[in-house]
Amino acid sequence: MKTPSGMPSSLAPSADHAVLRCEGLHRSLGQGEGQVHVLRGVSFAARRGEVYAMVGPSGCGKSTLLYLLGLLDVPDHGEIWIDGQLMPRDDDAARTAARGRHLGFVFQFHFLLLEFSALENVMLPMRKLGRWSLPEMQERAHALLTSVGLGGKTHRLGNQLSGGEQQRVAIARALANQPSILLADEPTGNLDVRNSAMVFDLLTGLARQNGQAIVVVTHNPELAARCDHTLPMRDGQFVT
Amino acid sequence: MSTNLRIALRFLTARRRAMVMSLACITLGVGLFVVTQATTTGFERFFIKTIVGTNGAIRIEDRIQETLRTMEAERGNDASGFVVEVKEGRKYIQGIQDPALLIEAVRRFANVAGTSEVLYGAAEIRSSFKNEAARVYGIQLEDHLQVSDLARQIVRGHLADFRQTPAGTLVGIKLAERLQLEVGDSFQLQAGGEVRRYRVSAIFETGIGEIDKDRVFLHLGEARSLLRRPTGASFIQVNVLDRDRATQDAAHMEAVLGHSASSWQERERTWLDVFRALRLSTSITVSVFTLIAGIAMYNTLALVVMEKTKDIAILRSMGYTRRDVTRIFLWQAAMVLAVGALLGCGLGAAVTYGVSLMKIRIRGIFTADHFIVAWSAWHYLSAVVISVVMVMAASLIPARRAARLEPGDVIRGTAQ
Ligand SMILES: Nc1ncnc2c1ncn2[C@@H]1O[C@H](COP(=O)(O)OP(=O)(O)OP(=O)(O)O)[C@@H](O)[C@H]1O
Ligand SMILES: [Mg+2]
Repeated sequence: MKTPSGMPSSLAPSADHAVLRCEGLHRSLGQGEGQVHVLRGVSFAARRGEVYAMVGPSGCGKSTLLYLLGLLDVPDHGEIWIDGQLMPRDDDAARTAARGRHLGFVFQFHFLLLEFSALENVMLPMRKLGRWSLPEMQERAHALLTSVGLGGKTHRLGNQLSGGEQQRVAIARALANQPSILLADEPTGNLDVRNSAMVFDLLTGLARQNGQAIVVVTHNPELAARCDHTLPMRDGQFVT
Repeated sequence: MSTNLRIALRFLTARRRAMVMSLACITLGVGLFVVTQATTTGFERFFIKTIVGTNGAIRIEDRIQETLRTMEAERGNDASGFVVEVKEGRKYIQGIQDPALLIEAVRRFANVAGTSEVLYGAAEIRSSFKNEAARVYGIQLEDHLQVSDLARQIVRGHLADFRQTPAGTLVGIKLAERLQLEVGDSFQLQAGGEVRRYRVSAIFETGIGEIDKDRVFLHLGEARSLLRRPTGASFIQVNVLDRDRATQDAAHMEAVLGHSASSWQERERTWLDVFRALRLSTSITVSVFTLIAGIAMYNTLALVVMEKTKDIAILRSMGYTRRDVTRIFLWQAAMVLAVGALLGCGLGAAVTYGVSLMKIRIRGIFTADHFIVAWSAWHYLSAVVISVVMVMAASLIPARRAARLEPGDVIRGTAQ
């Protein structure tokens, strides 16, 4: 299933179904002369249980948009709703709480706290959320690591894992708190073909199972084709 | 264990060498503070013990007479002037006329533990070897033992001998040395026209040079005869239960009894001030170490913050709050501080003990043959409090800076 995206807000899925929605996001980066208008009015909505692939040339603003959606950065203009709730711009505590409860994030480059084992890394978000007991957290972390194919390396420290393994631990960690939204910036960038497919299937499978909305940035057209929606981006805007 | 503490523990290992430096500074700061406090207060307390044990907590002396002057007040043209009395000054009338009466009044003060009536006067002491000037102190031994450490100050001979011998005396050690007097020797005292023969029952050493070089204790009755003063006393030496309250008591006594009363704090103010200044200046000097410890900790944490910006951004992306980040870094400081303070107290105690064994010869204001130290939990507590305040204050700056980091900025810095 594939639909053209970059829909104007009037065509966006209705707010009741959209777990994540944004309207008219603008973001400039840099100072003075070097300032770049990176995002030029992005609107978009994501529904539970669906997978969205964000594609586009390097430097078009995919990561920048993902940071805004992940509440790691604040837009110059525009609004973001999570589960129908408008995210405040300057209430850091509310944004932090929303990150812990609703959002899972897989970064493009830096992944793990290297002094912690794979298991501890996956447990970090759960410890902060405080929803589960210690044995439950350990069990969950173990199950998540097994599902990304690292069941045998749970006690390796971050710096004893390969780049691809670190990336998979990061995916397991992003899923730890059962977020309603998972944002992943090239989660399979460091993986071989077989592992990319495996991790990708894992992500999409989970989205359908748990009713999570997933937004994935990828350069791999094959993987993008397997998603429910493709969002092609160029020069800071979604294009049709 | 809290999650923040757990994360702090792992971050600690990131800059192990810098952390060990901070730890060393804290240990040294706390340890040295304890040692300097232990020695300065050790000597101070010993000095106080010496002066109170020798001259008593309070000394009641001359009678005070307020002198009043009458003055005629003008009231304009109305010639019916009247007279007011104005306090002009005080006159001191030497000595105590009725010691028994005064002692009875002094004993009513709750804090008073003992009183001793003392009569003193100048005399010349003659041994077969040479003559020296001396000060004769007439005491009633049992009373005087209540208000002084005389029993412990005897270095040769026995008090029992003095007690049983009407012509017995107690002679200061320096005076005895100058006159080459030994226990059992006899000598003469001359005051006015009177010359009498006495025997050395014992030799005492107060440690205070001024006293040891000219003081001779006699039985009060003997002193009365020798000095031809059949009644009255020169002063009353008072011992108190709580020596810290001596100043208030003395002021109270002066007001009630009409005799000048001086506490040990007033009499020895100069020396006590010297000790206080010494204690303060050493603690300031040594606090510099703790200051350096604070700076070292500031540096170390600033390094860790720099190294861990990405980790901080990841934690923030997972829902860790700014306060969590602050705590993670303050925990690191607190852990190093706890270990440093513990080691510092251990070091302080060990060095204090070592110093207490060191030989040092002090004569003059007191007599000591080795370093005198005081053991007090307050020294350890204040050392720890100072280091906690300095180090935690210094740590707050990098911890706050870490908390202020915007995860977006950090990640972008990495991503591009
Ligand atoms: N601090 C900055 N100052 C100025 N411009 C910046 C800054 N950071 C990023 N940019 C620019 O913003 C644009 C978007 O960057 P972004 O990281 O979102 O791209 P991207 O689509 O994720 O690229 P890639 O596929 O290579 O990861 C780029 O053109 C980049 O040069
Ligand atoms: Mg990118």
